[in-house]
Amino acid sequence: MTGIGLTHILVVSIALFFIGVYGFLTRRNMIMMLMSIELILNSVNLNFIAFNKYLWANKMDGLFFTIFIIAIAAAEAAVAIAIIINLYRSHKSIDVEDASDLKF
Amino acid sequence: MTAQDIIFYLLAAFTLVSGFLAVTTTKIFRSAIFLLFSLIGIAGIYFWLEYEFIAAVQIVVYVGGIVVLIIFSIFLTQEAGSNLPNTAMSKKITGGLAAVFGFGFTLLQVLQHKFTGTTEQGIEPSVTNIGNRMLGVNEFGYSLPFEVVSILLLAAMIGCIVIALKKPVEK
Repeated sequence: MTGIGLTHILVVSIALFFIGVYGFLTRRNMIMMLMSIELILNSVNLNFIAFNKYLWANKMDGLFFTIFIIAIAAAEAAVAIAIIINLYRSHKSIDVEDASDLKF
Repeated sequence: MTAQDIIFYLLAAFTLVSGFLAVTTTKIFRSAIFLLFSLIGIAGIYFWLEYEFIAAVQIVVYVGGIVVLIIFSIFLTQEAGSNLPNTAMSKKITGGLAAVFGFGFTLLQVLQHKFTGTTEQGIEPSVTNIGNRMLGVNEFGYSLPFEVVSILLLAAMIGCIVIALKKPVEK
């Protein structure tokens, strides 16, 4: 067994999560915000896998949560990009500050 | 410090540095490429943890699918070489403070908490075991969430087509 345990992986995953939060709060471009969300989702996946490996190796729940999160993230990214492209068509901009009216 | 530890630290540093560059660089195309490297680093950590199937899924779905989709939409919506407008300093400070304090508090909780796991014999995360569980209908099966996710993907696909469809021109 190596010296690297659950805590090391959790620290990496927390750091990645808050890098994503920083990007989400500072960037105003919708594609950049989508990329930050992908980082956040990946840190959550890493967390699930680490807990599954180090704490509950007799179950596979964390692994299946990760698989389903990856599937849902793919669907979410596809829908978000469809919305962004539609917004670009009507507003000629994908800055969140420009998308202030609900009607198109 | 063994070779395994060094590989983990290298992978973690690679992931975090490219993740940080992805959210701070000013060119949006570079940002997408740094996101690609960060996702590859996470796939490397999965390989390091000996979850080969998840690592393969990560590379196929994220690196091969979502990043390509993001780059495609960057090309559709703006000039890839142009700089993004600078964010206001106040916004940077607020976001930075929120991230740093959130990181600090969560780290404190994680370091103080004593994790107690099971001592039972573990299941190997091989493709055979994953497949048997995924389609199993017994106590530990996941066939119901599997079907729900299938319907979600179908709904997302139809929804994307409907949303991004060009409105027919009125004559």
